[in-house]
Amino acid sequence: MIDSLKQLVKAVGLPRLTIVLFLVVLLVIGAVNRLPISMLLGNSLVRIGMNGIMVLAMVPSVQSGAGLNFGLSIGIIAGLLGMLVVMEFKIGGLLGLALALLIAAVLGVASGYVYGLILNRVRGQEMMIGTYVGFSIVSAMCMFWIMAPFKNPEMIWVISGKGLRTTLPVSDSMAQILDKLWGFSIFGMKVPTGLLLAFALACLLLGLFNRTRLGISMRIAGANPTFAMSCGIDVDKMRILGTVLSTALGAMGMVVYCQSLGLVQLYTAPLMMAFPAVAAVLLGGASARKATVWNAVLGTMLFQTLLTIALPVTRSVIEGDISEVAKTIISNGMILYALTRKEGDG
Amino acid sequence: MRERFQTEGRFRPGDLLRRNAVPILFLFMCVLGVLVSGQNIRYIAHELVSRLARNWFLVLSLIIPVTAGLGLNFAIVLGAMAGQVGLIVATHYKIPGLLGLAVAVILSLPIAVLLGMSAGHVLNQARGREMITSMMLGFFANGLYQLVFLFMVGTVIPFNNPEIMLDSGVGLRGTVELKYCKYALDNLLKVRVLGVNIPVATFAVVAALCLGIRWLYKTKLGQELRAVGQDMVVASVAGINVARTRIIAMVMSTVLAAIGQVIFLQNMGVINTFNSHEQIGTAAIASILVGGASVTSATVGHALIGTLLFQLLFIVSPSAGQRLMGNAQVGEFFRVFIGYGIIAVALLIHSWERKASLERASRQPAVKGEAKVAGSP
Repeated sequence: MIDSLKQLVKAVGLPRLTIVLFLVVLLVIGAVNRLPISMLLGNSLVRIGMNGIMVLAMVPSVQSGAGLNFGLSIGIIAGLLGMLVVMEFKIGGLLGLALALLIAAVLGVASGYVYGLILNRVRGQEMMIGTYVGFSIVSAMCMFWIMAPFKNPEMIWVISGKGLRTTLPVSDSMAQILDKLWGFSIFGMKVPTGLLLAFALACLLLGLFNRTRLGISMRIAGANPTFAMSCGIDVDKMRILGTVLSTALGAMGMVVYCQSLGLVQLYTAPLMMAFPAVAAVLLGGASARKATVWNAVLGTMLFQTLLTIALPVTRSVIEGDISEVAKTIISNGMILYALTRKEGDG
Repeated sequence: MRERFQTEGRFRPGDLLRRNAVPILFLFMCVLGVLVSGQNIRYIAHELVSRLARNWFLVLSLIIPVTAGLGLNFAIVLGAMAGQVGLIVATHYKIPGLLGLAVAVILSLPIAVLLGMSAGHVLNQARGREMITSMMLGFFANGLYQLVFLFMVGTVIPFNNPEIMLDSGVGLRGTVELKYCKYALDNLLKVRVLGVNIPVATFAVVAALCLGIRWLYKTKLGQELRAVGQDMVVASVAGINVARTRIIAMVMSTVLAAIGQVIFLQNMGVINTFNSHEQIGTAAIASILVGGASVTSATVGHALIGTLLFQLLFIVSPSAGQRLMGNAQVGEFFRVFIGYGIIAVALLIHSWERKASLERASRQPAVKGEAKVAGSP
């Protein structure tokens, strides 16, 4: 009995088991307190779709050997810029979204390339340096947001007449556009079809890329650099490719996130956004050296469902908003757990 | 350690300049900032003295882990939390003046020792990635801290002082005024020099710590810390318990940070319950780096000079931003950027140097040990 339990823990992994048990407990408490479980699950679906692509961004970076992308905020900034340009010129609807995604992707590729060059010189220290390069960029962009030449009066401060506001509402024609696309309700659970399809499409494309010649080379470079070199694969180039893909995915993920949230949050808002994404992919079973698309999907589902359900359930038991605190503890605890494992162990 | 490197070759002024490039650059920026900001010198001096009294002790608490090879200890946040817990309890029971501070320090000590020991154990599990782990430790502990002071205080933990608690009776207020023990140490002995109040007692405590650190490096424990910092394998062959020594370094740093946070907050007079400790890590590490320290070497001098320069830049940058860009906020963001940026650059340089020294070492296998030492300035 105990042996088989140990086997189960080993197969599923301690963090996943804990989170799943926690989820079950929360759902039971929720059901007992007669909370609208179907609505909660609907909200979870939205949050999964919102955050999924940013979690997926961790996968190519790990696969190419550049490790977990703690500098995801660089991609996030690129995504914000994409949204801002579209909003400045008041382009709405699907065209606006497509344009925002395009700008985000281009900026993401460009910044990801530079970031990849940096990471190639700091092998073994990618996580720490990624974090602080990300922090530096976010704080440098704070200065940019104040001085940026945006003219749309709905976006800049009213009094001084310049400088972007801290929180900008996305225009009605673009807010939740993906969520509403082909959206339907079932048992009182709203399904954001378009949003989930966007996430699924991103997963599919990355999965297909992984099977191409280039994708396979990239994964070999990450898994065994010495072997890759003897096969004639340029390891440095592959690491840059992984970082570029990761940053571009982060940028496009941010656009999807913003349209679903209906808000663009600037200044210090992106500062800590990389950590929940890192934690989610680790929760899905990835490590600093191994990650699959499946890890990202599973991790996002567990992490976001837990956070969505935790708030109303705990509120029915204790006062106050515990979800932010829970997010901090779970995501940082997960990363800490992964860091103290032996290399390659989840 | 520094003397040894200086005796490596003849004295060259160029070398001195290169070794102190960072502090010199920042000195230049500070002078420029002071000139541009156009602020009253007396005001700057007044602010600076107050900020030095506030920050020096905390920055000094970073030195020991660097010597022990643990890198920059982002987990001093844990110590800061312990100090804060002590002060919150002292304020809750309305203990006045120096007695309040003493109670705060005494209460925070066991917490800091415990946190330092756990941090040391965790870092021993994560050799080679100590810094990122200590950073995540800080973030994680901050989550627990919030859990305790937002949800458990007033429910599980019997706190009932409405002055510091939310109206609902659960959780602390966002800011807690230190009504009973603020400025207790600063006001103990104040001397007025050229219109600037100097808190002599606080500076005396800082001086005592500086001497204490110097003395520590002359003891057996200090030598062991250094040996572990230079090469864990060699140290362990020499019969030093490496894991234990590293834990001791973390405990000392955490305890010092707890005391440092008490000094910091009595000077501020108010606790930003959920933010005060968070900023400490970045600010203190940026300060010591500005002073010319690196991931592998930090001295009392680095800490003292670095804090001076960093705080000076902190004081003048809003009004310099106002003058240069027409917006004080630009200056405020600039100093945040400098804080993060200096850490990023220092880590980059360290990583490049280590790579270069490893390459040198692999080219000359005969002098491997020497190359490694020379590569870590």
